[in-house]
Amino acid sequence: MRSNFVFQEIWVGLRRNLTMTVALVVVVAISLSLLGTGLLFVKQVDSTRTYWQSKVQISVYLCTADSANSACKGAVTPAQQAQLQQTLTSMPQVENVAYVSQAQAYALFKQDFSNDQSYVSTVKESDMPPSFEVKLRNPEADYQIVSSAVSGAPGVDSVIDEETILTKFYRLLDGARNAVVVVALILIVAAILLVANTIRLSAFNRRRETGIMRLVGASNFYIQLPFLLEGVLAGLLGWVLSAALLIGVKSLLLNNLQQYFSYNVGLSASDLVEVIVLAMCVGVLLCGVTSFLTLRRYLRV
Amino acid sequence: MINFDNVTKIYPNQNRAALENVDLAVNKGEFVFLVGPSGSGKSTFLRLILKEERPSEGRIHVAGKDLARLTNWNVPKLRRRIGCVFQDFRLLPNKNVYQNVAFALEVIGKPRRFIRRVVPEVIDLVGLEGKHERMPDELSGGEQQRVAMARAFVNRPMILLADEPTGNIDPATSIGIMKVLDRINRTGTTVVMATHDAAIVDSMRKRVIELEYGKVVRDQVRGVYGQAY
Repeated sequence: MRSNFVFQEIWVGLRRNLTMTVALVVVVAISLSLLGTGLLFVKQVDSTRTYWQSKVQISVYLCTADSANSACKGAVTPAQQAQLQQTLTSMPQVENVAYVSQAQAYALFKQDFSNDQSYVSTVKESDMPPSFEVKLRNPEADYQIVSSAVSGAPGVDSVIDEETILTKFYRLLDGARNAVVVVALILIVAAILLVANTIRLSAFNRRRETGIMRLVGASNFYIQLPFLLEGVLAGLLGWVLSAALLIGVKSLLLNNLQQYFSYNVGLSASDLVEVIVLAMCVGVLLCGVTSFLTLRRYLRV
Repeated sequence: MINFDNVTKIYPNQNRAALENVDLAVNKGEFVFLVGPSGSGKSTFLRLILKEERPSEGRIHVAGKDLARLTNWNVPKLRRRIGCVFQDFRLLPNKNVYQNVAFALEVIGKPRRFIRRVVPEVIDLVGLEGKHERMPDELSGGEQQRVAMARAFVNRPMILLADEPTGNIDPATSIGIMKVLDRINRTGTTVVMATHDAAIVDSMRKRVIELEYGKVVRDQVRGVYGQAY
């Protein structure tokens, strides 16, 4: 096997139909980065979910002096508060109950909105309701039972299931992910067709060479290898571009999204590397297999 | 060297056989002319030897190998023992004389040192010494055909197939081409040449096989082109 001969042939092939090659590289790059973005979204949703699952699941907000809720008759009394705590801790579904005072709630609020000082300045400590943060053993099944046990009880302003808020957020991410994956799949089909076409053109452009190679007894492998590598090389170039795009998506889009929703669940660099490596496998396999199948049709013995 | 055993070839969607019950043998070192009008089956005969086509009936042996039993994997090995020359030369226009000849060895993975030694020898043999650097479009038709012959012969095949090698070349130049073919034949290579060129066939006085409508109508040891049968 004469490697420099093979590489020379690949170079000639890629250069001869430069426009097709560029189109191919770009389409592969975009489809791989969309696919990768979809995977990043999946990872983001997963890690967000596990993050929140380990946190509070139900917040029982207590009445303050100026609650808007008509069920509240003035601020919650220490007796009511003690009664509620007793009720909650005694329920078998509840894992633990934590009391968050107004001062603590205000501190948390200031921390969460630290990037929006003007908003923080409009809220006073007394506006923040104290709450019981309840952690459930089995949030999906037991939410209703615990919720109905305390809602409407004296001193309770409202009961909020964190899950219902998060579900909206998840739905948003899931939707974005699905859209991205669908577009990625369409583009992958386009990439496959483009690879097939590029290889076909390349084979046609070099039919003279391949005809002579067949006549003088070059092995099929030797005849096909430059074409195959041509496809794989285009796939690799596309992958390199897509890796750059994915790093951009991660550092610009996802990190900003994270800041916007002010939660602190970043994707690690290893997640990104994993997605990029996967994209490479998909790209190389896609181009290699398509080239191989096309060649079987156009370069017969 | 080449054995046709009652070979019939019918192309798909055609009712007439391209070759019909062809039964002949070409021995090692022979020089054979294949004559006959267009469509008489000369090219089919050559393509069958290369296993570019498969016979509809009958058996073909080339260089001791039964072609029907030859796997696709081994077809390239067969073709390495057969050289081919065509009417239209089939040179690579972007390679010079040396590169065109060397190409045949490069693509079957011969070492570079071997190529550097063998290619100039063959270029000399076909009478193109000193023209290594010329591009095909700088050569005359006769010279281009010599390059093609050098390429066909550079791997020292056992058989050389020539499909109307003088078809595009004037008679005076054709004589030079025939001399090269004769020289190649004298090295022990079996040569099968399909041709329309009566003058050449008559002057060489070699074995002549005449085909007509796919049948062998004449097979003479020291024949001429147009002899009645």
